[in-house]
Amino acid sequence: MANAGTKNRPLSPHLQIWKWGPHMFVSILHRVTGDGMAFAGLGVLLWWLGALAGGPASYATFTAVITSPIGYLVLVGISWAFFSHMCSGLRHFALDVGAGFELNANKFWSIVCPILGVLFTAAFWALVLLR
Amino acid sequence: MGNGTSIGRVRGLGSAKGGVHHWLLQRFTAIGNLLTLIFLVVSLVLLPDLNYATVIEWIARPVPAVLMILLVVTTFWHARLGLQVLVEDYVHEHANKFACIAALNLAACGGIAFGVFCIVRIALGAHA
Repeated sequence: MANAGTKNRPLSPHLQIWKWGPHMFVSILHRVTGDGMAFAGLGVLLWWLGALAGGPASYATFTAVITSPIGYLVLVGISWAFFSHMCSGLRHFALDVGAGFELNANKFWSIVCPILGVLFTAAFWALVLLR
Repeated sequence: MGNGTSIGRVRGLGSAKGGVHHWLLQRFTAIGNLLTLIFLVVSLVLLPDLNYATVIEWIARPVPAVLMILLVVTTFWHARLGLQVLVEDYVHEHANKFACIAALNLAACGGIAFGVFCIVRIALGAHA
């Protein structure tokens, strides 16, 4: 069945010859941050809610773990994944209506979205830690 | 499926007719995520501290409780849709794919049930 009607067909897009572009990076980043949050983010969310429902002792255990160096690393990672995914997701909403496919506009927003994600993350932690 | 002509081989292997529904739900839940998570982020910034008593007093109130319940539902639903695409892209063997999607559905429903139960329990005063 594989060879019927497929002889000498052109291979496009080529699977090995291509050049990296920011649009490819932001696409992969969107998947990585989304799937990362699906595991780590929702896990911490449920743990937080469960610890709150469990009472002061379980909440103390939660805060002790989550304010350790590794805990902060996970929280910063989750918040960065959220803000990055939010920015690249808003980019997807623009692309969904057919906007932003011109080469320069597409390249511009592919670079801006990940940068905005980092800036939002920094602003969020500045507001939380400096209150 | 036919065994002679090209159209015979293609027939029955086309669109599953569920793609547009999945695509739209991904967008609807994305809007839900955006609204509820902005509420959570703003709340985390505006709360005076994140001690047990402060957070319990906040989440037990009607509007935060309802919005957090909606947050749990919309994020788990969105994650379930996104992980389904991940499974469909990388798990090609039919039985393994079926098992992954089945486990994903159970995990997503379990996550929603646990999260909603915790919030309702706090909001109805069954704490401390």
